[in-house]
Amino acid sequence: MQKLLPKLGRIYVVAVFAFIFLPLVLVLLISFSTDDYLNFPPHGWGLRYYYAVLGNASFMSGLRTSAIIAVIVMLLSLAFGLPAAWALTRVEFRGREFLRSFVLAPLVLPTIVLGLGILMVFTRLGLTATYPGLVLAHLVMTLPFAVRILQTTLGNLGIEVEHAAMTLGARPFQAFRYITLPRLVPGLIAAGAISAILSFDEVVLSLFIVGPRLTTLPVAIYRYVNERTDPMVAVLAVLLICVSLGIVLIVERSVGFARAFGR
Amino acid sequence: MSAAAASAPAVPGTGARLTPWLLMTPVLLVLCCSFIAPLLWLVRMALNQSDNGAIIPAVSLQTFQSLASDPYYLGLLGRTLELAATSTILATIMAYPVALTLLRMQSRWRTVLAVLAASPLLVSVVVRSYGWMVTLGDTGFVNSVLLWLGLVQHPVRMVNNYSGVVVGLTESIMPYIFLTVMAGLGRLDSRLDEAAMSLGAPPAKVFWRVTLPLSAPAIITGLTIGFVLSVSSFITPELLGGGRVFVMATEVYDMALVSLDWPTAAALSFVMLIVFFVALLVAGRLTRRLA
Repeated sequence: MQKLLPKLGRIYVVAVFAFIFLPLVLVLLISFSTDDYLNFPPHGWGLRYYYAVLGNASFMSGLRTSAIIAVIVMLLSLAFGLPAAWALTRVEFRGREFLRSFVLAPLVLPTIVLGLGILMVFTRLGLTATYPGLVLAHLVMTLPFAVRILQTTLGNLGIEVEHAAMTLGARPFQAFRYITLPRLVPGLIAAGAISAILSFDEVVLSLFIVGPRLTTLPVAIYRYVNERTDPMVAVLAVLLICVSLGIVLIVERSVGFARAFGR
Repeated sequence: MSAAAASAPAVPGTGARLTPWLLMTPVLLVLCCSFIAPLLWLVRMALNQSDNGAIIPAVSLQTFQSLASDPYYLGLLGRTLELAATSTILATIMAYPVALTLLRMQSRWRTVLAVLAASPLLVSVVVRSYGWMVTLGDTGFVNSVLLWLGLVQHPVRMVNNYSGVVVGLTESIMPYIFLTVMAGLGRLDSRLDEAAMSLGAPPAKVFWRVTLPLSAPAIITGLTIGFVLSVSSFITPELLGGGRVFVMATEVYDMALVSLDWPTAAALSFVMLIVFFVALLVAGRLTRRLA
C-alpha cells in the first residue's frame, strides 16, 4: 500500500498529461496528411497543406494583420504600461490603491461581454474593422498583464540605487533612464512577450469587431473550422503554436522565466 | 494610507500632485475607451426595448422581463450552468491530484512538469478545439482505434454534441485550476502530513482527514475560477458543439451579430454577470466557513 499509492499517483499524472497533449500531438501529425478530409490515420503523408496555407490569400493576409497588430499592441503596452507601473509603485498619491485594482478590472469581465460592449461603442465611433479599433480592443486585454508584470519588477528592484544616483546629482529622469531602465529589461521583455502572445491569439474580442476588409488570423481560422474540418487548419495550428513557443523561448533564452517574473 | 505615506517617502522631485495622473493617462484613456464606455453602453442598451431587432429607446426592464418569461432562455441558463458545473468538477478532479503529486515531488522535473501542465494556456482555444475534432471526430484518432480494436461497429459520436463541449471545456479550464490549486497548496505545510503519518494514520486517512481539508480553500478558488470561465466561454461550445449546443455566450454572440438584437444581447450579458457575482459570493462564503 505504501508503495502502491505513489505509483498510482504517477500513472494518474501521466494520464492527465496524455489528455492535455494528445490533441496537440495529433494536430501536429495530421498537419502532414494529404487527405481531402480529416481522417486518422491519414492515407498519405506530405506537405500538401503547408503549400495550401502559403497559397491561401485569406490566411496570409490574416497572418499579416495579426502580426502587425501584435507588434503595435506590444509596443503600446510597454509605452503605456511602464509609466503607469512606475506611478503605481514609486509615487504615493491619493487613489493609488483604487487605480491598482482598476487597471486589473478588465480581466474580471468575461471577454464575450466586453466584446459586445466594445462592438456597440466602436460601431458608433467608426472603429470596427480598423487597425486602431483592433489595437484598442487588444490593449484592454494586454495592459493589465503588462502593468502588473512591470509593477512586480519595479517593486523588486527596490529604490536604493535610484536614490543613490540622485544623491550623486542625477535628475529623476536621468536616474530612471540610466539606472532603472536597464535593470528593467527582463520585466520589459516578459511584459512585451505576454502582450504579443495575447494579442496574436486573441479571438473573442476580435470576432466582434473584424469585418470583411480586415480580419485577424485567429478569426480566419475560427471561421474556417466552423465551416469545415480538413487538415489545412492543422498546419495553421502548428504555425500558431510555433509562434507562441518562439516568443516563450526568446524570453527564456534572454532573461529566464524566474527572473522575468521577479520570483 | 497616511502612515504608509510617511514610512515610504516618494522619490524626491516627484512631489507634483499631477505627475502620477499624467503618467497614468494613456492607460486610463485606453480603459475608458475599451472598458468603461462599453460597460456603460451595455447598461444603457439593456434598458432599451427591442422589437424584432429594431432598437426602441426606452428606460425599462422589459427586455429582462421577456428573457425571464421565455422558457427557451431559462433552458439556456440551465444548460450553461450544468455544462459549466460538469466541466469544472471534472477539471478539478484531474488537476488537483496532479498539483498535489507535483508539489510532493522532489526531483528537478517538478518545475518542468508544472510549466508543461500550464502550457496549454499559450495555445489558442481555437487550436485546442480543433485538436479535439481531430481526436474525437467520426474519422478521428479515438474512433479509428475503437474500430480497429473491433470494440464498436460504427464510429461513436463524441464531438458536435454536448459531450464534445464538456471535454473541450474541461481541458481548456484545467490549466487555470491547476495553477490556482498549485498556488494555494504551496502554502500547505507537508510536516502536518508527516505528523499524522508518524502518529500511525494510514495514507488514505491522512489524505481525507489532513490534506484534503487543508487544501479545501485552494480547491474552492480553483472551482470558482473554472466555473466562471466556463460559464462565459464561447469558442469551445461554438466549435465543439457543432452548432447544436446553445449556451448563453453563443446566444449573446448570435443576438449581437446575427439577429442584431442588441438590447437582448446586452440583457443576456447582464444575466451572465449576475451568475458571475453569485458564484463569487458563494465561493467567498464557503471559504470563510471552512477557514
